[in-house]
Amino acid sequence: MRQVRIEADFEAWRDAARSLLAANVRPEQVTFVEGGLENALLPNLLGDAAIDSPASSAARVPRDFLTLAQIVACHTEADRWDVLYRALWRLTHDEPNLLRIAVDDDVRRLQEMEKQVRFDGHKMKAFVRFRRLVEADGGECYIAYHRSAYRVLKATAPFFVRRFGVMRWSVLTQFDSAHWDGKELTFGPGVDRCAAPTDDALEEMWRIYYASTFNPNRIKLSAMRKEMPRKYWSTMPETQLIPDLLADAPRRAKEMVARHSDRLEGARAYFPTGATITLQQLRDAAQTCRGCDLCDIATQTVFGEGPVDARIVFVGEQPGDQEDLSGRPFVGPAGQVFDQTLAGIGLPRDQVYVTNAVKHFRFEMRGKKRIHQRASARQIDACRPWVEQELTIIKPPVLVLLGSTAAQSLIGRHFKITRDRGRPFQSDWSPWTIATFHPSALLRIPDDQRRAEAQRQFEADLRRAAEEVRRIPVAASAARVLP
Amino acid sequence: MERRVIDLKQKLHILADAAKYDASCASSGSRRAGNRKGIGSTESIGICHSYTPDGRCISLLKILLTNYCIYDCQYCVNRISSDVPRARFGVEDVVYLTLEFYKRNYIEGLFLSSGIIQSPDYTMDQLIGVARTLRELHHYNGYIHLKAVPGASEEAMAQIGRYADRLSANIELPTQQDLTQLAPQKKREQIETAMTQIGTRVAESNALRRESSKAPLYAPAGQSTQMIVGATPSSDATIIATASDLYRTHRLRRVYYSAFSPIPHADGRLPAQSPPLVREHRLYQADWLMRFYGFRGEELTSPDAPNLDLNMDPKLAWALRHREFFPVDLNRASKAALLRVPGLGVRNVKRILSVRRFHRIRLEDLVKLRISLTKCRPFVVVEDHNPEALRLDRDDLRQRVARPPRQQQLELFDAATSAASGEV
Repeated sequence: MRQVRIEADFEAWRDAARSLLAANVRPEQVTFVEGGLENALLPNLLGDAAIDSPASSAARVPRDFLTLAQIVACHTEADRWDVLYRALWRLTHDEPNLLRIAVDDDVRRLQEMEKQVRFDGHKMKAFVRFRRLVEADGGECYIAYHRSAYRVLKATAPFFVRRFGVMRWSVLTQFDSAHWDGKELTFGPGVDRCAAPTDDALEEMWRIYYASTFNPNRIKLSAMRKEMPRKYWSTMPETQLIPDLLADAPRRAKEMVARHSDRLEGARAYFPTGATITLQQLRDAAQTCRGCDLCDIATQTVFGEGPVDARIVFVGEQPGDQEDLSGRPFVGPAGQVFDQTLAGIGLPRDQVYVTNAVKHFRFEMRGKKRIHQRASARQIDACRPWVEQELTIIKPPVLVLLGSTAAQSLIGRHFKITRDRGRPFQSDWSPWTIATFHPSALLRIPDDQRRAEAQRQFEADLRRAAEEVRRIPVAASAARVLP
Repeated sequence: MERRVIDLKQKLHILADAAKYDASCASSGSRRAGNRKGIGSTESIGICHSYTPDGRCISLLKILLTNYCIYDCQYCVNRISSDVPRARFGVEDVVYLTLEFYKRNYIEGLFLSSGIIQSPDYTMDQLIGVARTLRELHHYNGYIHLKAVPGASEEAMAQIGRYADRLSANIELPTQQDLTQLAPQKKREQIETAMTQIGTRVAESNALRRESSKAPLYAPAGQSTQMIVGATPSSDATIIATASDLYRTHRLRRVYYSAFSPIPHADGRLPAQSPPLVREHRLYQADWLMRFYGFRGEELTSPDAPNLDLNMDPKLAWALRHREFFPVDLNRASKAALLRVPGLGVRNVKRILSVRRFHRIRLEDLVKLRISLTKCRPFVVVEDHNPEALRLDRDDLRQRVARPPRQQQLELFDAATSAASGEV
């Protein structure tokens, strides 16, 4: 058995292999030894004669093999040189198609090593983490320490040049290092980790991103570990979060489900049963509604009020302090503004039906005062079936929506009072629908001039609605006024 | 400055959290050489720069420009009626994060989406603004994936593709009925119109670039879409039919399937539990079978079983339903037939075709190619004797080839142990 000492790189092996092949040395007669210091004293049995033999007569091998050999050369397995030589021998001695036979043991071995090196090279592109360093002259450079499994830096560095050509950077590994100064790529020896910067201000931001993009409701550790093996973790700043993220995941997932399930039940669960529902049945049922959490703080349900055959319906936002106590809609300060305006345009209150999008008072205690608070989108959703059913029963020819809560509840979230006010349209609830300010909004405008202007617009909108009502022929049946 | 950094952290937390329900992460299919003026290169094979414990990769900085939204899609955590905290990035915030993350090699690029604010056109304008700044001001050459908003104008659609590598308009749910029920403001027709607009422009750009390499790019990595699975009772057959239709009509590069994830304060019409993750996995397998194995969508389910079998991969399930197709002779059969054999992947089919010109395939070779014998053996004829292939009609074949249904429990177990020990 001959022993051939070579440098651990592809070119050295290729030169030696060429000579051996030319000297007709069979693979079982030779073994390659990597020429580190400890091997320096071993006799190099290749012999001068073989080296001097005409290498130019080297046999032709498929290009595929050269590519494969270059990649396998980066592996660290000691016997890779022997396996490569054996494959080379076979390729040049009656087995030209050897590489196509993936079930052959040598081919399998080489392909396995190739796959591992390719994986490692790809992961270098993925897992290198640069840290920014500001130098004395104010210039900046980016330095990464990366622990690769194999010697893949030389083959991978051009990728970083293509991508980060305008930056100055270095990639350091335990085997070697690559440096780019903006013009030229150079390689140096391997270095210790402490040669690289220890931190970068952006890493905290990166970890925030990493943690936020993780979905605790799905855990697939095997998939993560397969693609990001632990051996690479030590130089990746985000991986230090993994144990905590995992430890916290079941709690977060449970919380998500719990919050999911705390959805509001909604009004429909409290509807009277039966094929046809009268307004009175609906009103009675609403008194017991617990479809959202507002029933816990409000005094009582404040249902709509007015004749069932009213030709015009007004929908407001929600009862206020006085409405909550009296159980009747539009009786507080805003109700007074409303009543005055109605009187001004000659529409008697007892001929109109008045109700709210939300039937319970929502407030916040400030000292001893109960301060109105806008109902949340979920509460509005939960309450919507009541007002929808009121409108379904009454079928008003004219509908006035007072304020954005009413308009958004019944028309859609895109509805904007400031933009869409004062323009009649056909809705699901009435052929002639108009939206305007809520009377309480008028009370809250601090600027006198603007308040007066809004008041005028409000009156004009209601006047148009009143005119529309007068155009409708009076129904033959007598109005039945509800208490 | 300090104040801005804190704000930015807060926003990043909210807007990355809000974006994570979109499964798409690909950064492949586009090519941009470095331009010597700015950072970035895009090569045809994308790179996954990290992985989170949910098994998903991080390739792009996936964020929303804002999670304010005027829509009320019930499955979406950002719908207007949701109580989540809201935030909005400025253009400079997104540009800063993208460039700084990119320079440190954390990401392949940016995936920017947004809640719908004001109108589809306004929203698209905001997205275009970010991409334009990156490309024109910073000469950034990395990957950009932008959300195309259905309902936006032709002009906005024409513009957005000039800066993006990939565009996506999400189909969201498998049928129009599902949309009507859960996403009242979205219309299937409108979404498909957006896809047609993008598809036409991509094809135009490709044709022009064949004539001249200087012709302007339009979304060179094409378009993809996402479908949420398990939010409605729609069957896998419906989902596969929709996907197959989309691939055909709009030449999509990818359809992503995202198992519905319970979200805070969800609508009562939604299930409180997510569907088993394995269902999502089976749909991806079915998707692969359609794209690379020559299966037609309708072959993968049957009228009696409109859902994919959770306990075995869809190819094995198909083989069990079509035993008349087998055994397949590995030394003689066509590529199309080999692709239908359970346990054989595209790579191994290629290998078998190559090997068998020089060497007769035997059972031991399958082991060497790391093919699962349990799955494969009953369906193939090889050079040596394979008695199992003679008993294709046996009643217990299903039990013999399918793994016991333990995958889900394993996942749960996996998570629970790790949670307890902190170890991964």
